[in-house]
Amino acid sequence: MENSERQIFRIITDLKTRLTTGLFFILFLLVYNFPAVGQAAHGSPEATAAGQSKGPFDASSFIIEHVSNSHEWHLLTIRKKDGTEKNISIPLPVILYQKGTGLHFFFSDKLAHGHEYKGFRLEEEGEYAGKIVAMNAAGEIDKENIPLDFSMTKMVVGMLAAALLGLWLFISLSRSYKKSGISHPRGIQSFLEPVICFIRDDVVIPNIGYKHYEKFMPYLLSVFFFILINNLMGLIPFPPPFGANVTGNLALTMTLALFTFFTVQLNGTKGYWKHIFATPGVPLWLLPIMVPVELIGIVSKPFALMIRLFANITAGHIIVISLMALIFIFDSIWVSPVSVFFVIFMDCLELLVAFLQAYVFTFLSSLFISMALVEEHH
Amino acid sequence: MILLAGNSLTAVGVGTLFWSILIFSLFFFLLAKFAWKPILAAIKQRDEMIKGSIESAENARKEMQKLQADNEAILKKAREERETILKEARDVRDKLIAEAKGRATEEAEKIVEKAMTGIEREKDKALSEIHEQVATLSVEIASKLLGEKLSKTGEQDKLIDKYLKDIDLKKN
Repeated sequence: MENSERQIFRIITDLKTRLTTGLFFILFLLVYNFPAVGQAAHGSPEATAAGQSKGPFDASSFIIEHVSNSHEWHLLTIRKKDGTEKNISIPLPVILYQKGTGLHFFFSDKLAHGHEYKGFRLEEEGEYAGKIVAMNAAGEIDKENIPLDFSMTKMVVGMLAAALLGLWLFISLSRSYKKSGISHPRGIQSFLEPVICFIRDDVVIPNIGYKHYEKFMPYLLSVFFFILINNLMGLIPFPPPFGANVTGNLALTMTLALFTFFTVQLNGTKGYWKHIFATPGVPLWLLPIMVPVELIGIVSKPFALMIRLFANITAGHIIVISLMALIFIFDSIWVSPVSVFFVIFMDCLELLVAFLQAYVFTFLSSLFISMALVEEHH
Repeated sequence: MILLAGNSLTAVGVGTLFWSILIFSLFFFLLAKFAWKPILAAIKQRDEMIKGSIESAENARKEMQKLQADNEAILKKAREERETILKEARDVRDKLIAEAKGRATEEAEKIVEKAMTGIEREKDKALSEIHEQVATLSVEIASKLLGEKLSKTGEQDKLIDKYLKDIDLKKN
């Protein structure tokens, strides 16, 4: 079972790696060759006159900006007739904690375009790029006193929206169960119940077994649907809170991996710990080597979960945005049919990946939990 | 290349980590309490009900089959019993008839025998009477014929008996 799952996983990652490498190769060629062509075509005087705006299209920063976290939710950029650009974005709450001055709360539009507010500034480049820093009296970055940033960033808002959607969906589902009793599933039940039963019968029970599975069902179902809702919301591109690369954010995948890590360790049986600190059948003199290896194994399992989810979802977003960026790299509307065709193809693949990654995370979590539940039989 | 260049992609912000832990914990606890518990309980209850229904249906089917088999057996037994009863009745009848027949012939034979012996006896009696009468008649005839020549009847009788016995022997 695990083998087939791994095989599917490998096929998908292979396919994706190939696509990504191919695309990056194309992008690399374009980024390094096109500026010259573009400049020749449009003429440099215009570019210099308009300042920074009409410069060559920077694909990598465009892509990175779309897949990473930010203090505001960027909607669109309008280029005015005089060549200046206007960014339209939704301001998000900024919450800062600084030693001495305490908590600060304001909206991110105060920090737009490098403005300083309450002695804070959002750095755009340099060592602290993308971070909010405090300024000292001399107008320089106060490196001693960097504020702790608890802002409701784009990822946090996207995550919150997904969580609320999930809560609404499943609490109303449980209400409909209370109402309809044990009669046949109807409405939203018939749509979600097969998924819940699939997680129960094909993921949790085969791994954990009938004896303990009920204890872990709430956690594994929560993880599965949290990842799935976030993945699917990330695929819908436009109206915020959709389109944020939430499950492609290391902080979120780290959170989920930490939950699995603690669930595994807190439910570890005597046999599990014995297997780590006194592996049966291993001579005593080998234990100083074996114990660190086992300890690394404990950490590397959730670490792999964290990286796998992050890398898969981020890769999907990068590919889709790269395909979109092709239009701007070529600076031609005639590229759009090609881009649209490939984006549709990638979105279909990403739809599969959204389900697959949620499944893989849940499957491996339940596998790790089952490993912690081993009975002592040596 | 791009991944490495943009460290904003791989950076883990303390704030984002804090919010994601908070949001996911709330999501998990609220769902565990208000959603998964009732949903899983309802699904399990339904599963068990379906399982129970299937089991009871199977049991009922088996019961039916058993009943049918029982019925068949009872019917078969009844039929057999009827057969044996009929056969017995027939046997008894035959036996009775045979017995009656036997007794009747016996009786008849007995009666015939009795009648025969009776007839025989009567015949003997009649014969002896005839003998006597013949003797007396013969004597009377003889006495009439002989007259007084033979006066002493005793001596005559002895003579007649002697003759008669001779005749008897000759006849037999």
